Amino acid sequence: MKTPFLTGLVLAALAFQPAARAASLLDGYADAARAADAGFAGFSAGRGRALFAATPGTGKPDTPSCTTCHTADPRAAGRTRAGKAIAPMALSVSPDRYADPAKVEKWFRRNCNSVLGRACTAREKGDFIRFMATQ
Amino acid sequence: MHPNAFRLAAALLVAGAAPAAADDRYSPVSDPVTAKECGACHMAFQPQMLPGRSWTALMGGLDRHFGEDASLDDATRDHITAYLTDHAADAGWWSGKFMRGVDDSRTPLRITDTPYWIREHMEEVPARAWTDPRVGSKANCLACHPRANRGDYDDD
Repeated sequence: MKTPFLTGLVLAALAFQPAARAASLLDGYADAARAADAGFAGFSAGRGRALFAATPGTGKPDTPSCTTCHTADPRAAGRTRAGKAIAPMALSVSPDRYADPAKVEKWFRRNCNSVLGRACTAREKGDFIRFMATQ
Repeated sequence: MHPNAFRLAAALLVAGAAPAAADDRYSPVSDPVTAKECGACHMAFQPQMLPGRSWTALMGGLDRHFGEDASLDDATRDHITAYLTDHAADAGWWSGKFMRGVDDSRTPLRITDTPYWIREHMEEVPARAWTDPRVGSKANCLACHPRANRGDYDDD
């Protein structure tokens, strides 16, 4: 009886690890990406990197790219246009990121609209987080 | 200069500056939701710095917030709007100094567009300060007022 309890405890502890929480968020985006496209074959850090660096020209003029505020280096601190520091986007430097689904969705909603002029797809969100998890 | 003479001069300077400086204090933002959400991108400005109608207009257009989408869910937005308008420059029985020169027909959306803010900054702040990379934006109160988030602007 003791072993399953301990295993459960270890699993529960693992579930609260930042990386594990980011992984569960990715599972949700994968389900949504698959529902939108039956040919979905997994997230890509390379596509995420391209999205992060892109200057799509379809969003708001003051925020042409993610890198406008986050800088081109995901491991570096960014700065808002109003001068406030932004914690780095890379999971290795900011392990608390990508753990709270409501917070992640809030910032994708705002920033995809600001930079792209539209909502991001589930695949784009997953690609982005997969990229940041490699940084 | 004799060291004591220097101390005396410094003391006189402080004494002379104190009455004017003590004027530049505001109640800090006491609502944790407002402090957290507004403070995510910029210092959570004290609500006493704009009329209530300005806060209502700002909070009604968060998806177009000075060039960015700063939208919130409806419940959070309504909560913050209520806090800001309840503590606005014109909310008390006696209007705050940020109402000075604000015509009833005007709804300033930027604190930096109010006559009081302009008067306080334009004479004593050199133009080069605004282009200094450490400042970057007129919304960056903390660059020059390190205790601004506590409502203390006494450092000028």
